[in-house]
Amino acid sequence: MLETLDLSLINWSRAQFALTAMYHWVFVPLTLGLGILVAIMETLYVKTGNQEWKRITKFWMTLFGINFAIGVATGIILEFEFGTNWSNYSWFVGDIFGAPLAIEGILAFFMESTFIAIMFFGWNKVSKSFHLASTWLTAIGANISALWILVANGWMQKPVGMVFNPETARMEMTNFWEVLFSPMAVHKFLHTTSSGFVLAAIFVIGVSAWFILKGREIVFARKSIVVGAVFGFLALIYTIVTGDSSARDIAHYQPMKFAAFEGLYNGSEGAGLVALGLFSENSTDPKNQNLKDFAVKIEIPNILSYMAFLNWNAFVPGINDLIKGNEKYGVLSATEKIARGKVAIEKLKAFKDAKKSGQTALADSLKAEIMSPDFQKNNFKYFGYGYIADTNTLVPSVAFSFYSFHIMVVLGIYFIFFFLFALYYTLKGKIHKKRKFLHIAIWTIPLAYLASQAGWVLAEVGRQPWVIQDLMPTIAAVTKISAGAVQVTFWLFAIIFTTLLIAEIKILSRQIKIGPNTEGGTK
Amino acid sequence: MNIFKQIFRFYYDGFSNLPRWGKQAWLVILIKLFILFVVLRIFFFPNFLKTNFKNDTDRSNHVLENLTNIN
Repeated sequence: MLETLDLSLINWSRAQFALTAMYHWVFVPLTLGLGILVAIMETLYVKTGNQEWKRITKFWMTLFGINFAIGVATGIILEFEFGTNWSNYSWFVGDIFGAPLAIEGILAFFMESTFIAIMFFGWNKVSKSFHLASTWLTAIGANISALWILVANGWMQKPVGMVFNPETARMEMTNFWEVLFSPMAVHKFLHTTSSGFVLAAIFVIGVSAWFILKGREIVFARKSIVVGAVFGFLALIYTIVTGDSSARDIAHYQPMKFAAFEGLYNGSEGAGLVALGLFSENSTDPKNQNLKDFAVKIEIPNILSYMAFLNWNAFVPGINDLIKGNEKYGVLSATEKIARGKVAIEKLKAFKDAKKSGQTALADSLKAEIMSPDFQKNNFKYFGYGYIADTNTLVPSVAFSFYSFHIMVVLGIYFIFFFLFALYYTLKGKIHKKRKFLHIAIWTIPLAYLASQAGWVLAEVGRQPWVIQDLMPTIAAVTKISAGAVQVTFWLFAIIFTTLLIAEIKILSRQIKIGPNTEGGTK
Repeated sequence: MNIFKQIFRFYYDGFSNLPRWGKQAWLVILIKLFILFVVLRIFFFPNFLKTNFKNDTDRSNHVLENLTNIN
């Protein structure tokens, strides 16, 4: 069945999921970060009693509210797609995803919807401290919602705390805490949310820069920039630290992704990090056009080994090592993994046939064998490899992964200087004279979105062909429906999301032009 | 005033005094929810396994068939 699947169906299903996820991610990081920034500003108001801080809080709260409203429920579509386009996958992971997503739904609904109402309607109706607590709880609630989604995503990158039950054809959770505290999930959560803080801080600085360029609301803008720059700088340092931990997770659990985003074809001890690189049109392997050679490459020796294993001379496997295997360093070849995966699939097929023909004793014995720790470790661990017909498909797009990673890192380094200059100019009282910098600040807003999207592209494109690392490739996850139906909904989503984005930009721009005299809640 | 009345008044006052951006935001939310849950969910995104199979046993058998039939 799987080999007869139309590749265009898989590609359209992937494109649709990517489109939905990327549009969803336009709204989410600003909500995550701006919520915290608003809470900090309100804390300053409550602590100092300064009415200017109240005006500042209300203005940014308004922008937070608009972004929240436009973005809310855009993620639900991803769940629709699971059920329609990825039914094998959604059944396969059902029990693992059920718990985190249910908790996310309850938290999002109760925590955010309760406290956000107090945040917007509660000015002058509840005490200052109660209002402040509501603002903080809304911001924390939004971030906790993200936690559960990222736990689910972390599990897809590194499946833990489960066992496969052939009877139900589902993954069953054996250890909730292992799923929740998987290093992959924890680092992903911390890295993703802190990157949202950085984006929101840049948004605050960029919008404030616009006010200064217009000669309006200078005090408001300067105070906002100080809060944005300090918060953004600290969040960025944290993003870098957690990004470093995430990279180490990837090196351990997704070595192919790690090799791809560094364009590392042949592994070595003391591997260098490509600080700057451009691919040429030529391929290093005539049979695989994905493995492009570098036209330009500036490499810093030993850094990649340290980044991956905290050892300057550690061996980092390259793409060729992971495909062909490397006995010296204990790297299993793709052919061996495919063979082990096929054994797992064959065993599952034998179980299915035994069950179908009423051979209960045989079915029970096969089920026990499949669920045994030994079989899970040696064969089921490579279950997804059993579907792989061509080992080249185990390599994600190298250029896409490489450029996504490097765009994210280069922009991250730029943001460090951006925050420092913004803070320095503002504290020195020179910011209004630095018109070039103010223009740069406005144009840094789209760069923050670019960096944020690049991070997700790296995470998701880089792990191809896997939907669930090593266990399920996209080809086995997709529902066999018409590719035409997926195309129709792809364009439908493209129209809906673009309309939402235009609505967001229009309402936000209008509110920014009105300025901080607007009310953050009711009239 | 009892607690329920207070909560009702709180939301009633809040919604009746929405600023322009608030009204626009709510309009966007309502249109969006209608499109998502009424149009897309029903007409374009039926749950494949729930729609085509009666119970969980049939669903798991179908997925098992898909996962093991790779030739």
